[in-house]
Order: sequence, then structure tokens, then C-alpha cells
Amino acid sequence: MVFNPCKKKVGRWIIEILINVFLLSMLAVTALIVVRTQNLFAVAMLTGIYSLLSATFFTLLDAVDVAFTEAAVGAGVSTVLMLGTLSLVGHRQKKQRTVQIVPLLIVTVTGLILMYGTLDIPPFGEADNPVHLHETTVHYLEESSHETGMPNVVTSVLASYRGYDTMGETTVIFTAMVGVLLLMSGRRKDEIGGTDDGE
Amino acid sequence: MESNPILRIATKIMTPYILLFALYVQFHGDYGPGGGFQAGVIFAAAFVLYALIYGIETARLVLPMGVATLCGALGVLIYAGVGIATMLLGGGFLEYGFLDSHDAEHGQHLGILLVELGVLTTVFGVMVVIFYSFAGRGRVEE
Amino acid sequence: MSALSFLNYWFVIILMMVGFYVLIAQGNLVKKIVGLNIFQTSVFILYISAGKITGGTAPILDAQWSVYSNPLPHVLILTAIVVGVATSALGLSLVVRIKEAYGTIEEDEIARMDESL
Repeated sequence: MVFNPCKKKVGRWIIEILINVFLLSMLAVTALIVVRTQNLFAVAMLTGIYSLLSATFFTLLDAVDVAFTEAAVGAGVSTVLMLGTLSLVGHRQKKQRTVQIVPLLIVTVTGLILMYGTLDIPPFGEADNPVHLHETTVHYLEESSHETGMPNVVTSVLASYRGYDTMGETTVIFTAMVGVLLLMSGRRKDEIGGTDDGE
Repeated sequence: MESNPILRIATKIMTPYILLFALYVQFHGDYGPGGGFQAGVIFAAAFVLYALIYGIETARLVLPMGVATLCGALGVLIYAGVGIATMLLGGGFLEYGFLDSHDAEHGQHLGILLVELGVLTTVFGVMVVIFYSFAGRGRVEE
Repeated sequence: MSALSFLNYWFVIILMMVGFYVLIAQGNLVKKIVGLNIFQTSVFILYISAGKITGGTAPILDAQWSVYSNPLPHVLILTAIVVGVATSALGLSLVVRIKEAYGTIEEDEIARMDESL
């Protein structure tokens, strides 16, 4: 099979760059509209759109498990939660003073410091970055099929190699349920004749 | 939305497939993208859809708040229970190889299956409880 | 090529800063939580893009592929996403209770009510 690998790789590379740039610019547009708009219903919808776009971006970056979770949790559950809150709280925001100087200054300084910090990051996508050559990654990718017998390395790392962390995560989400039950189980105080008994 | 026949019938048709898809994602998390968290959220989404179309009170008859809270706690219990079981069988906490005395890899399979089941149950219970808490709060004028 | 990779990271940092600005500058409590969500999701994009290998594939072992993207950031970010939704749920339930206690969710009105007590 004779083909020119350089040309094929360059062609695929250009398409990937274009999709990359398109998705990032859509993300930026969505974030900027969230800053400016005052209709909170639109803001909830835009958050869902932001999560879905970032899920697509994750798929482009080969993170399929993360994309699945972000789409389900971010664009699914988070949007439902926010709409539920807006139905209880009201969906218009008060008119904001146009631009606030001090937060803008803080944000700019933080952004510049972070950008200065990223000058040390190894270039994007190179196979010989230190994080890919570390023995932990190499061990997980090579030994996972022998030791656990499952092809999905992310699931085997999540459930077997890093099982403690996943147990902590499950406990965190259980704690969120306890917190929401504590906060939201009583009746509303302005209910006529209602007492403060929960479910 | 209960009076709209299209939404009612579409929900009734779609709900079993959503639940089945959640179970598919759960059990095929070993071979493709998926796992406990995604499956738990999709499983809860079926009940959220039902509650949106048929009303919170009807949904609470199908899946009471107490059962959902119990599921949330049960999942953490299953997860920690697997750890305790491996300790009782002689290994360390969450050392799945000891679950099967003959083959360590088989033990890993069993351990990961049980642990992901625990995660599914917790995430499902928590998402349903949070939805019930937000959506069922304070409709004063009925 | 390396200049392009810097642009990639810097763009994500700009997204992070937009979310951060919404978090600290806006007065509405629900919008603050939305800004927190945008901040969190942009941080996830930063981490996942650090684990990508060009020409590799998703870390699901297969006979045809030899180069896989790094699975460690994926595991970390999976946990972070779930913790993020837990935080948002708790934050939003606090906002609901604040609305019921004060009657408003604008930060300056709440501060004024607190001062006048």
C-alpha cells in the first residue's frame, strides 16, 4: 500500500485545527453572551450549550469518557437544576453597572500570570512530553489488559487502580444529596397554614 | 403537560428504552466509553422525563422520595461493602483480586462490576432526590 | 507549531478568565454560579488538552492502534465533573433559600438588608 503519509497527515491536521478553532470560538462567543445578557433563562440555556460544545471539544481531544460524562451531567442535569431554580427564584437580572474596573483588573492580572505560567508547558500533542513518559502512565497503558482484562483503560484506572478516589467521589455526591435534603426538605415559610414538617 | 396526548404517548414509549440504554452504558463501560456515572445520570433522566410530563405527584407514587434517598445511601454502602468483603477474604481494602480465589483477573472483573453498580445506584438516587427537592418545592396556589 | 500550541492554551485561559469575571463581578447569585460552571469547564478543557497526543486515539485498547492519549487526566477530570455538579446543586439550593429569606437574589440588595438590620 503506497501512499504519501506526509500529505495525508497534513490534510488531516489542517481539518483538525479548523474544527479546533471553530469550537473554541463558539465557546468564547457563548461565554461572552453569558456576561452581557440579563435574561437568566437564556443564561441557563447558554450554560447547557457551553457544556455541549465542550463535550464535543473533549471528543476531539480523544477524551470520550469525559465527553460522555460532561454531556450527560453538564448539559443534562445542570440545566435541569438551573431551570428548576429559576422557576423558584425569578428570571430577570437587575440592570448591572456596565463595566466594573476592579474585577476587570483582577481578572486581567490573573490571566496574564497564568499565561506567563503556560510558557513552561511542553508543546501541545507531542508524544515525548514528560507526562506521557512517566512510569505510571506507561504502567497503566501496558499492564491494564493483563491485570484487569478490560480494554477501557479509563474505567480500569477509575474503578481498580484509583478505587479510593472513586469511593471518595461517590461519598461527595452522597454528601451533596444530604446537603440538598437538609436545605430543601422543609416547607416554604410563606405557605399559608403550613408547618415545618418535611417529607 | 399531561393533557397533551403526543407527549404522554411518546414518554411512555421512550422510557423503557432510556432505562435500557442506561443499563447498556453501565455494563459496556468496560469495553467502550461509559461506566457508573453516565449510566446513573441517564437512568435518572428517564424518571425526570416522567415527572415532567405526568407531574411530580404521579412520579412520587412511582418512585417515592424515601426509595430514592435509600438508593443514594445504598450505593455508597455497596462500594464500601466490596472493600470490606475483600478485607474479610484476606486482602487489603478494595483489593479485588481476592474476591475470586482461583483467578485474580476474574476477581478484578467482579470487583469492578460491583463497584460500578454501587456508583450507578448512588448517582441515580442523588439526581432523583435533587430533582424532587427543586421541582416539588412550594407550589402554594394549587 | 509550538506557537500554535501556546495559542491553544492561552485561548482556554481567556475562557477561564471570562468565567472568573462573571463570578466576581456580577451581582446576581445565579449568574455567579453560572460563572463558576464556566470557569470549571474551561479548567477541564485545559487539563484534557495537556493529555492529548496528536495521531493517538482514545485510551480504549485495541489491536489496530499503538498510540493512546494519556488516560490519567481523563480520570481526574471525570471526578472533577461530578464534584462540580454536586457543588452547583448545593449552591443553587442555597440561592433558593436566600430568595425565600430575603426576597431577592441581587447581592447589593442583600447587603443593604443585612446592614439595615
